[in-house]
Amino acid sequence: MLEIKNLSASIVDKEILKGVDLTVPDGEIHAIMGPNGAGKSTLSYVLSGREGYEVTGGAVTYNGRDLLAMEPEARAAAGVFLAFQYPVELPGVGNANFIRTALNAVRRTRGEAELDAVAFLKLARAAIKDLHMPDDMLKRNVNVGFSGGEKKRNEVLQMALLKPGLAILDETDSGLDIDALKIVADGVNAARSKNFSALVITHYQRLLDHIVPDRVHVLAAGRIVRSGGPELALELEAHGYAGLEAA
Amino acid sequence: MTALPTRKLEAWRYTDLRALAAISFAEPAPVVVQVDLPDLGIPRIVFVNGAYEEALSTPPSFCAGFAAVAEASSFPLAKINAEHARDGVTLVVPEGLDAGAVLLVSYASAEMPIAFHPRHRITLGVGAKLTVVEVAMGQGVYWHNPVTDIAVHENATLAHYRLQDEGPESFHLATIRAKIAAGAAYESFSAVIGAKLSRAEFHATLMGPGGKTHLNAAQLLGGHQHGDFTSIVAHDAPSCASRQTVKSVLDGHARGVFQGRIEVARAAQKTDGYQMNQALLLSDTAEIDIKPELEIFADDVKCSHGATIGALDPEQVFYLRSRGIPEGQARAMLIRAFLNEALEPVTHEGARALFETAIENWWARK
Repeated sequence: MLEIKNLSASIVDKEILKGVDLTVPDGEIHAIMGPNGAGKSTLSYVLSGREGYEVTGGAVTYNGRDLLAMEPEARAAAGVFLAFQYPVELPGVGNANFIRTALNAVRRTRGEAELDAVAFLKLARAAIKDLHMPDDMLKRNVNVGFSGGEKKRNEVLQMALLKPGLAILDETDSGLDIDALKIVADGVNAARSKNFSALVITHYQRLLDHIVPDRVHVLAAGRIVRSGGPELALELEAHGYAGLEAA
Repeated sequence: MTALPTRKLEAWRYTDLRALAAISFAEPAPVVVQVDLPDLGIPRIVFVNGAYEEALSTPPSFCAGFAAVAEASSFPLAKINAEHARDGVTLVVPEGLDAGAVLLVSYASAEMPIAFHPRHRITLGVGAKLTVVEVAMGQGVYWHNPVTDIAVHENATLAHYRLQDEGPESFHLATIRAKIAAGAAYESFSAVIGAKLSRAEFHATLMGPGGKTHLNAAQLLGGHQHGDFTSIVAHDAPSCASRQTVKSVLDGHARGVFQGRIEVARAAQKTDGYQMNQALLLSDTAEIDIKPELEIFADDVKCSHGATIGALDPEQVFYLRSRGIPEGQARAMLIRAFLNEALEPVTHEGARALFETAIENWWARK
């Protein structure tokens, strides 16, 4: 379970998050919607431990552990996965080698045996097939020369193989055509279980047609200003974000 | 003895040999080798403190002993080498023979400062093939000043891989001169990891049409190490190709130097020359000096060069860490990826494994 209590954070002395309260129980998918500049990406980066963000108040625990005190790699090992809005290109690093190294690093910290190249490839090929992705995805350098859609799919592939307990999807739908959007949504839906929860951050409602959330929260000016069921997303689509900040 | 070059010489502007000049070196004495020397399961030729060590060697049939020669050039280090050369290997591969691979090991162990100046010769007959893997290593204060003269005759191919992993108090100044005939190839890669101060100076001359060469290198330096990679590629004949990718990873107070000159003679039309130098600075106190030079007298040529200097990208490091990869390992992966292109000419499996291990060890002991 992810528990965010009164979280405040700033970047270069500018306060972005101003007291966020949010609880995501295991097995649930929550959406965070909000206008540009509301602090959606800042929230995802603070949760995953990116440098440059200063937490000025509040607390975040994941399964009872103080997430904010952990290094990014320790958060990943604890089961937190961030699907990047802009996945990073790694020239010279093969995708298979990258994902296997990540998987083995995570397995190591969990006290599980590492996978050799053969065992990993078997696992990865099965995941690629399940996700209807092209085989050469593993052979290419990480995200180099990938289209926007391929980059997002690669994020979903990593998620499928790393099997996180909590996935944070940061505007994963941005720049995706409808086919890629479905593949991404299928990946998240396939991960659904009582041990998996997700925080889906999005500006638009359309992703939520495919990943139906248990709860929808509206983040505006650094605070959660409204929460509701999936119908809240439709209401926002119809009426926009105007007026919410005052609510 | 011929005097050591000083920084007043343009070719030595970035590399100061005063620390070397201040040491008085003795003649090397025989020693017993107490370490495991590299073994690639191929014929091995071992030199200890500059002298051929028969007991540790399994030379190939085309290996001959040392013969003194007069030094015709005016290069100070080659002249010093000629004045002091006592030993060296001569490999002559007969016409048409695919001679496989040979490992050439130089091991040094110095109780007091010693200097040795081996003179090696490698000659490939018409259409012959050979891979030479060189490893230089050792301990103590010593000066290793090898000269390697190479002739690759028509349509022959020499792959030449050098791992300079000398002891931390040593000086390594190597001169490699390759004459490349028509249709022949000289493919080289050097890993520069060891020595307090080192310089590898390559002179590659493309003498006949269709010749080609790679002069690639990776320099991995830390502490107060100084590493200089200098190359002069002479295109004397038409339709030759030269390729150079030199990558430097510099940490601590290390200083890297790259000097690369491409000379294209008037006759060398249709020359294709490429030179890329990239440096990754891991600390604020590391330094790289880059001097590319193109000297072109022909009018129908394609020559390009480029240089970049940068640091590890924090976005890339974070991306790897966010997937659970510890920071040190993430940085090591990115550095290894940075070196990729330079390692391309290393097609021999054993040699590649040797370099991979050396790169990993460099990172681990850093």
